[in-house]
Amino acid sequence: MNKLQNNSFLGRIDWITIGLWFLLCLIGWFNIHAAVFDPEHPGLFNLDTNYGKQSIFIFTAVIIGFCILIIDSRFFISTTPILYIAVILLLVAVLVIGRNVGGNQAWIPIGSFRLQPSEFGKLVTCLLLAYYLNTQSNKTPNKKTLLIGTCIVLFPVGLVMLQPDTGSALAFFSLVFVFYREGFLSNLFLILGALAILLFVLALLINQWILIGVIVVLSLFFILLFRKRRKNIINIGLLFVASSIYILGVDFAYEQILQPHQRNRIDIILGKMHDPRGQGYNLNQSKIAIGSGQLFGKGYLQGTQTKYNFVPEQSTDFIFCTVGEEWGFAGSVFLICIYLTLLLRIVNIAERQRTTFARIYAYGVASILFFHFFINIGMTIGIVPVIGIPLPFISYGGSSLWSFTILLFILLRFDSTRKGLGQI
Amino acid sequence: MNSFFERKFVIQGIFIAIALVIVARLFYLQIIDDSFLLSANNNVLRKVIVYPARGIILDRNSKVIVQNEPVYDLLVTPREVKDIDTALLCQLINIDMEGFKNRMAKARAHSPYRASQFEKLISSETYARLQEHLHKFRGFYVQNRTVRSYPDSIAAQFLGYIQEVNDRDIERSNGFYKPGDYIGASGVERSYEELLRGKRGLKNLMVDALNRPKGVFMEGKYDTLAVSGDGLVSSLDIELQILAEQLMKNKLGSVVAIEPSTGEILTFVSSPSYDPNLMVGKDRGNNYMDMLNDPTKPMFIRPIQASYPPGSVFKVVAALTAQQAGVIDQHTIFNCPGGYRYGRNAIMRCTHVDGPTNLVKSIQMSCNTYYGYVYAKMIDSRGLSGPKAYDLWREALLKFGLGHRLGIDLPGEKGGSVPESSFYTKGYGNEKWRSSYNISLSIGQGELGITPLQMANVMAIVANRGFYYRPHLIKGIGEKKIVKEEFTEKISAGVDAKYYEPVIEGMSRAVNMGGTAASVRIPGIEMCGKTGTVQNPHGQNHAVFFAFAPRENPKIAIAVFVENAGYGGTWAGPIASMLVEKYLNDTITLPKYIQDRIYNANLLPKVEKKASAIKKNPTTIKKDTVKTPRQIAQTADKKELLVHHSQVRRTHE
Repeated sequence: MNKLQNNSFLGRIDWITIGLWFLLCLIGWFNIHAAVFDPEHPGLFNLDTNYGKQSIFIFTAVIIGFCILIIDSRFFISTTPILYIAVILLLVAVLVIGRNVGGNQAWIPIGSFRLQPSEFGKLVTCLLLAYYLNTQSNKTPNKKTLLIGTCIVLFPVGLVMLQPDTGSALAFFSLVFVFYREGFLSNLFLILGALAILLFVLALLINQWILIGVIVVLSLFFILLFRKRRKNIINIGLLFVASSIYILGVDFAYEQILQPHQRNRIDIILGKMHDPRGQGYNLNQSKIAIGSGQLFGKGYLQGTQTKYNFVPEQSTDFIFCTVGEEWGFAGSVFLICIYLTLLLRIVNIAERQRTTFARIYAYGVASILFFHFFINIGMTIGIVPVIGIPLPFISYGGSSLWSFTILLFILLRFDSTRKGLGQI
Repeated sequence: MNSFFERKFVIQGIFIAIALVIVARLFYLQIIDDSFLLSANNNVLRKVIVYPARGIILDRNSKVIVQNEPVYDLLVTPREVKDIDTALLCQLINIDMEGFKNRMAKARAHSPYRASQFEKLISSETYARLQEHLHKFRGFYVQNRTVRSYPDSIAAQFLGYIQEVNDRDIERSNGFYKPGDYIGASGVERSYEELLRGKRGLKNLMVDALNRPKGVFMEGKYDTLAVSGDGLVSSLDIELQILAEQLMKNKLGSVVAIEPSTGEILTFVSSPSYDPNLMVGKDRGNNYMDMLNDPTKPMFIRPIQASYPPGSVFKVVAALTAQQAGVIDQHTIFNCPGGYRYGRNAIMRCTHVDGPTNLVKSIQMSCNTYYGYVYAKMIDSRGLSGPKAYDLWREALLKFGLGHRLGIDLPGEKGGSVPESSFYTKGYGNEKWRSSYNISLSIGQGELGITPLQMANVMAIVANRGFYYRPHLIKGIGEKKIVKEEFTEKISAGVDAKYYEPVIEGMSRAVNMGGTAASVRIPGIEMCGKTGTVQNPHGQNHAVFFAFAPRENPKIAIAVFVENAGYGGTWAGPIASMLVEKYLNDTITLPKYIQDRIYNANLLPKVEKKASAIKKNPTTIKKDTVKTPRQIAQTADKKELLVHHSQVRRTHE
């Protein structure tokens, strides 16, 4: 019986992931309902409201998911380049015919809905990256492959930046995990990456010359420690020079490249700026909402911050405020656990794939979901600057829900074929 | 599986690490730091004070003296004000552009986000006009509250007024009062403030991000209801009060009428009075200043704050205390040759020759000579030194409510004056003084001071034959009509009841047989009373009449003071008579022409005199009339002491 089930189509689908996915969609729906809930007009189910529309989106997402599961997985592989090109064209099109909402030209109106091509950009970039790296899988990782792979990622990033939608563009960079997993990047790279982030923050917080001075001292200390080998001394020297240039570069980039509102967001998160009524309003209200939830929250539909619109964008980017306020620490941790379970599960799924394509794709999915999860929740609780990206499956919005659903279900489709089909 | 399989763990490790960072941060925000709940509540909560209705005050027949009337405060939240028709708003609430800007600046300084008062105490009529347009003025809204309103515009000094609390009030109240609250500042409003004010309620309303009201917080769980202040029942008879105020119009002086059996004050007039409605509303400040600057001092509460030499009423007290002390009895006769000779060349004149005079006659005729003898006996014939005898006598006077505050339920009561013997001892330089040194005390002149309230109270004592209740204006508090304990205490005047009869007989004859007070006599009622004249070196003497009626089971004791009115029988007597008759019979039989004469009389000081006369009148009158004991002593032996008293003008009648 067990064996039979395992071999059947349904039995090969990873129901745990689907369960987690559906749970997240439901949590999303309830919280969108709470976010737009108007106590003066409690009303009945209404399709004009955000939660009404979200019901449709979820329903459609289920159908889309089902369709994906019955399509032959080889279809996705063979159409990957076409899909990529199609979405790239959409990303170009949105710059021409798109509707400008909140300063970002990111939406193409289709009837009463608006399509956000950048959401699908992540999907096709994942696919094409998997497609390309799969073709190179017989070779040992090399610079050329890394370069082409990077280009595949940077091309849509460039287009999204033109909208300009910095948040969505940043999400593409999460694919760095894919390159890391496939051996294109070394552990050293991760360490250097972490160091770069650390230095970035420090450079903004501390006077750059003092920081460089500290690094000089550290470098001398390490040189003294590892002076036996000349190579070490050179490496440390190079690292010092690179760090110094980087620190000076940070300041330059910060002042010259970042836009004022981005600078403000960073300043606020670093505590260099205090403006709870102006620039920091969103973050401040968001923290108030979440913080006031305390252990068990105020209860469903009882969040005053949520109900009375103190938090802006509360059904989309700041949806986690509603979770934090109405469900409290317990509910928030529960949601985080679901996410973490999903992410770890996807990594496990990735590793059980027999094809390089599926594995790379799976890591891409995990990376993108992780990035959204971290940045979105992180910004609402004030550990990363405010970056306007949705919380997958939870935030209100059709494009976002569909693209993440497609992203995830294509993975599940690959996963379901891993035994029956063997090598593709 | 390939060679980089183990990197899976690094990646998963990063995921877990980040998730832990988020959880840790959430733990800090939601569990450790409590300030966010407070901030969230501050965001959404608007604490709205619900003002209680101040207690209303009724008269003894349950007619309204003070009630509450709705008024409106216009509030503004500066941040919300956008594109309004400033000119229209200014026109509606009757302010100018400058005023608008000043008010806005003030409100903004208070808080741009919170509502502050823009214009206070808008009348119902103005509000009606404003309301139609209010929707056009974003950021403005109206809060209603109540103010005092006085349907009959009477009894201003009794009622007092309320005013916005000042910093000192707030400090003293331990934070009970908040800026903008009102507090009783004088009169009953002040003495019963804690009962009248009630208890503020607090409503926790919720607002959304745009400050729009969104209903009640937690279903009103933390709300408190406003508790209305206790109502008060006054002892005043509103009709009598109205009549008394009309009679006292354009005159300076007081009317105090007391129900002897209870100490309840039936009428309490201080003239000139003012319309208590002037102390309410937007023009209050101006009206208040006008009154402060008014030379006739309408804010001065004459019945309890003005002190006059007692004059004739003092003979009543002297007669009673002397009998109790045993120095005379009702048959004691002194011969009156037209004055009392207290020194070789010193005579205290009586304006007429009464011949042999007994006690009844002495009261009836107000014989100075008789009381010169009485005083001499009190001080000189008790086997005590002058000062000792004087102090004994003084003690008896104090029991009559003289020389100390009676404890009326109004702030600002003065106690009058009966000096201690040490005052004279000090003045004369030694203790060897006798009655002749300060003989003027015998007829209620000299250093003695009495308030109209004390005089009415002496009448109440006589009416009761020996006791009184503390005169009071509030006879019932709250729904249960509780009477303050201190007002139910029967206080003895220290003279046995039997000694009162001759005095009462004398007073009765003074009114009903004397022929001096034809205009005072009331048909069918035996009123016992006396006219008196209080000397005033600054001008016309003050007219006084004190009485009680009827003789048996007295219902009313009254004292009427009319300053600068000359002889008591002309003005004070008819006023008292009309009030007594009105109260007892609800009619007035006094001939119409006498009534009209009184209603129409203007006895206010002449304008050109006002600066000096008014200033000194009557607060400083005592100071000016009172000579130091030394001065009196110096003059005592030289020549006759001219004493003006009630009889001085008798011959003019």
